[in-house]
Amino acid sequence: MKEMIRRFTEAYGPSGNELVRDIITEEIKDYADEIRVDALGNLIAIKRPTGNDSGKTIMVDAHMDEIGLVITHIDEKGFLRFTNVGGISPSVTMGQRVIFANGTIGVIGIEVKDVEGPKDIKLEKMFIDIGASSREEARELVEVGDICTYHRPLEMAKDRLIAKAMDDRIGCVAIAQTLKELKETPHTIAFVFAAQEEVGLRGATTAAYQINPDFAIAVDITVTSDTPKGHTMEIDLGKGTAIKIKDRSMITQPKVKDMLIKTAKENNIPYQLEVLEFGGTDAGAINLSRGGVPAGVLSIPCRYAHTPNEMVDLRDVQATIDLLKIVLSQPFEL
Amino acid sequence: MLIQRLSEAFGVSGNEEEVRNLILEEAKPYINHYWIDALGNLIVYKGPKEGKEANLPKIMLAAHMDEIGFMISHIENNGLLRFEKVGGIDDRILPSKEVIVGKEKIPGVIGLKAIHLQKPHERQQVMSSDQLLIDIGARSKEQAEKLVKIGDYATFTPRFSDFGKDLLKGKAFDDRVGCAVLLELLKEDLPVHLYAAFTVQEEIGLRGAGVAAYRINPDYAFTVEGTTCADIPVSEEHNKVTRLGRGPAISFMDRTSIADRDLVRTMIQQAEEHNIPYQWRETTFGGNDAGRIHTTREGIKTASIAVPARYIHSPQSVINVNDFNNTVKLLSYTLTRIGKGGIVK
Repeated sequence: MKEMIRRFTEAYGPSGNELVRDIITEEIKDYADEIRVDALGNLIAIKRPTGNDSGKTIMVDAHMDEIGLVITHIDEKGFLRFTNVGGISPSVTMGQRVIFANGTIGVIGIEVKDVEGPKDIKLEKMFIDIGASSREEARELVEVGDICTYHRPLEMAKDRLIAKAMDDRIGCVAIAQTLKELKETPHTIAFVFAAQEEVGLRGATTAAYQINPDFAIAVDITVTSDTPKGHTMEIDLGKGTAIKIKDRSMITQPKVKDMLIKTAKENNIPYQLEVLEFGGTDAGAINLSRGGVPAGVLSIPCRYAHTPNEMVDLRDVQATIDLLKIVLSQPFEL
Repeated sequence: MLIQRLSEAFGVSGNEEEVRNLILEEAKPYINHYWIDALGNLIVYKGPKEGKEANLPKIMLAAHMDEIGFMISHIENNGLLRFEKVGGIDDRILPSKEVIVGKEKIPGVIGLKAIHLQKPHERQQVMSSDQLLIDIGARSKEQAEKLVKIGDYATFTPRFSDFGKDLLKGKAFDDRVGCAVLLELLKEDLPVHLYAAFTVQEEIGLRGAGVAAYRINPDYAFTVEGTTCADIPVSEEHNKVTRLGRGPAISFMDRTSIADRDLVRTMIQQAEEHNIPYQWRETTFGGNDAGRIHTTREGIKTASIAVPARYIHSPQSVINVNDFNNTVKLLSYTLTRIGKGGIVK
């Protein structure tokens, strides 16, 4: 699984240009009964019931897009002006190395004369230097509208993994691995690797409409409370999968929450309860699709979200897969 | 001139009837059928020439009919009118502007105490819209109520003219210029099933476009806008967004959508093949109807193209006629290409 995490997190795929789709497709194509890509770029893999049962139609979602920077202007000296795609912190972005779809590398610089203190660290004062010395030279490599992402390889820190785009490639790994390991199921399951979550849950909106599921589970990351003066909540790295209670996009219905907790308890799968005061996930969009869809979220605890160094613990990934696999492999009533 | 009549029509969000009637009159000779939906969107359909219908794509072009403006919220005992803003309006542009109020287009002016009477600190302050009043010449509440009711709309008094070289100035180019582009395209014979959607309530939250797209359910959609342009000396080069006279502005992303890359590629390929100038809309600020259209139903590939307009959301915006003509031309070639050879992947 570590190799899959490396391939998925190191792949390029900002919102709207999710080229990581090809790498995920390669990983799962032998395990799905049907694979398709829709108008917004969602990758949808269908697994049909293995017996004669006709269980529920279930949507399992993890978003494959990552945050990035989009080029707005190329000046006559070849410097690129940019703005954010999704939630980008200016202070985190300062000094980073970035990569474009075609492999072009750049570094982030800032108008030093105009920066007197931390409050002046703003994206509109920054630029990307790709080594070009004129607009013409720059335009041979990039064009206005091109998107780049932070450029970092996956690293290990003891048993923990550090990478860019853990949000939400680690969720993609979890649902891809679940699909691979799922031997029997009474359900029709649509595994959705969703596009454009970071810019407003857009891919999940249209995917849910297509699939019209009876039930949905999204797998995404959540922030943690276990770092010095961390977030106010009770989520620690390594203490299990996090069953979401609420965030800004959804309140998990009690019957869904209870079913997930009961299944985790019965199978001795470590879990935590996530009450997130900000942010949202694809489940929020799926929940409101058509006439309403009961939805739950399994979150993988992740430190330093939306930085080039997002950290997760493999035990939490494993717990998420274990719980998901059991939920999907047996009949249940809500 | 069609753009003049569209610009001068009165159609603040939620009250687009006058604009809709004008557009329908203009479109009728060229279309197969039309409908007006519950929210007030006007959708006109023009099919390809007979015998060529099979398998041709269904295209939605969207331009919004509504403009920013005001709604009367209270009539003072002295006959002056309090108002709410409808859509995004900068308070700093309001004082001393002429407006028209209600169906009868009663003339009014947004008054401000003369400079002689202002104390030094007042001269430094911007009056917020809730401190301003519209004067329609009434001397009492009773007199005002004979002319105006609570809930009536108001808009800037139209003052359209051409000026400079190839330039036009007037109100509401955002997005009557888009409406004019659609009307021009309806006159052509294009190898597609063309649904021109003249939408309502864009300025207050893209409300019309979603339901229009749901009913049309197109293969591809384009929004046609009048978009922001800051090609004035106070803007740094990288903050100009668009420049007048450099052709239609193509969006890559804004607050509400990321443009479909295949549709953008198709437009650029056609621009280059037919030597039509184009420019990028060099910002991600703002949003438009594409935001609602692309997430409709199962998802719809959508892109946005726009005629640059200086000073939008004010009584006087400025466009270049050549940008308008080139927007029509580029969309015409793009739709022809999509009808005959599909999108460029």
